[in-house]
Amino acid sequence: MTIADTEVLTGAPRARVNWTPYLLVVPTLAFLSVFFIYPMAQAISLAVTDPSTGALTWAHFRRMSSDLYFGQAVRFTLIITAIAIPLQVALGLAIALLVNTRFRGHTMFLYLTALPIGISDLAAGMIWLSILTERGYLNAALQRLGLIEQPVVFLTVERPEWLLAAIILTELWRATAIVMVILLAGLQLIPKDYAETAAVFGAGRWQTARHVILPLLRPSLQTALIIRTILAFQLFATVVTLAGRQIPVLAGETYFWYSLYRSPSVASAYAVLILLLSASITWIYLYVFAPKAGEVRL
Amino acid sequence: MRVRLVGMYGAALVIGTWVAAPLLLIALAAFTPRSILYEWPRPLWPHAFSLDTMLFFFRSTGVWASTLNSIVVAGLTIGLVFLIATPTGYALARYRFRGKDAVQLSILVVKMFPATVLSIPLAVAFIRWGLYDTLIGVALVHTALSIPFVTVIVTSVFVGISYELEEAAMTLGSSRLRAFLRVTLPMAVPGLAAAAIFTFVLSWNEVFAATILTLDHRTLPALIVDSVISAGAPLHFRFAGGFFMVMPAVVIILLIRRYLLTLWGVTVR
Repeated sequence: MTIADTEVLTGAPRARVNWTPYLLVVPTLAFLSVFFIYPMAQAISLAVTDPSTGALTWAHFRRMSSDLYFGQAVRFTLIITAIAIPLQVALGLAIALLVNTRFRGHTMFLYLTALPIGISDLAAGMIWLSILTERGYLNAALQRLGLIEQPVVFLTVERPEWLLAAIILTELWRATAIVMVILLAGLQLIPKDYAETAAVFGAGRWQTARHVILPLLRPSLQTALIIRTILAFQLFATVVTLAGRQIPVLAGETYFWYSLYRSPSVASAYAVLILLLSASITWIYLYVFAPKAGEVRL
Repeated sequence: MRVRLVGMYGAALVIGTWVAAPLLLIALAAFTPRSILYEWPRPLWPHAFSLDTMLFFFRSTGVWASTLNSIVVAGLTIGLVFLIATPTGYALARYRFRGKDAVQLSILVVKMFPATVLSIPLAVAFIRWGLYDTLIGVALVHTALSIPFVTVIVTSVFVGISYELEEAAMTLGSSRLRAFLRVTLPMAVPGLAAAAIFTFVLSWNEVFAATILTLDHRTLPALIVDSVISAGAPLHFRFAGGFFMVMPAVVIILLIRRYLLTLWGVTVR
């Protein structure tokens, strides 16, 4: 990245601080503090204070955790995250590596596989609903192949594992694109000579990928994992369209406590829980993926 | 060599189909008459096409109004985000200053921040500030969410435009602001347009905050979520709604394709 060093270019005296860049950055920082830092503090304060007396209380967290849906919401959110994200990373990496070979037609392939970036979780839910619903395309295809006579009800409370599979499939379809784009951006930063050098020294395709490309891709993998995991904790519309409240998730419960039970305090307790989970998972990723001493970084 | 090539194209074909097929199927569903959608045996290819399903969607209560709301919110968001993020993008591209890394890092953190967390406290605050259930309230939140993306695109756009041209204008007597407005800005228009389009999609697609922050003035996603949760909207409404929401995305990715990698690439390491 080339940056024009204006302080040098304009010949301004070195000692004088140029205030222009600071003025230009102020609107963004001011806006972000009002819309990120203030609400974050507000969420914590709502979650731990009594709305009528203003006294500190754990009552909202107790009410949250004693709710029947709470345990399920935590469990399902974690299960979906734990299954969907490795799949997204594996498929995203495969697509990124494939695009990076620059085969004929790779740009068209890139744009096609990047399409879901512009598709909302809500729309993705509707799309897969049209496939998986009782009179959907999957049943139509199975019937055409002669495998079934009556439609199979895939999305039913009696088969929570199928509902989960449907949610994971939808998430895999929609969110792999983001992982792919992050990894591809990372791959393109790796100079071609590295792989060539490895080949000269007799490394095979797999060895090169495993010992040269993957370690250099670490920052991108880290970013992709953090972004995707934090987004997975906020999973809402996909679940609502495919499973209603039969598969409770954390963001869904936040919504229900706010809109259905009219309790901003318990909803805030859920928000704080999502925040804590996101912060700790980020810390874990940064810790686990921290480069070891002496390792080459790009 | 040949085996590898076949393998590569085979993989590309399979993955391409996996991405494209659901999009084609929802389009098919949206133009299938309602009666066929509920038939059994259900034909894979409908024996008739009609606008019946789409028209049902458009004639449902609130769909037009909320579509209009969505467009207004997206428009306000684009205006606000450019006002706020363009100067920052310019500063990051053109100046070297103490604290620059911190600014870039905070923008990256914001990009990763769980936005769900913001909606509840903001709803409480918006009631107090008189912004609850207003389009500008939703637009303010969407602005906060899109600032990081617009900042990175704008930065990369200005980095790509040579500073020497701006300098030349200044040597010829124009002020820094004038040089920016008359020389750099016109060249930045295509890139800025891409940023605007991405902001439109972000706002058009955003579900959670819009659902929490509105009651009567729903955006389209908020209306659809509400009609699914509290009214159990019929399947054909959902299919048509899904298709209608997806349509802009397809066009948009093609328009912003040059900035795809910039949007999500790692900016701070």
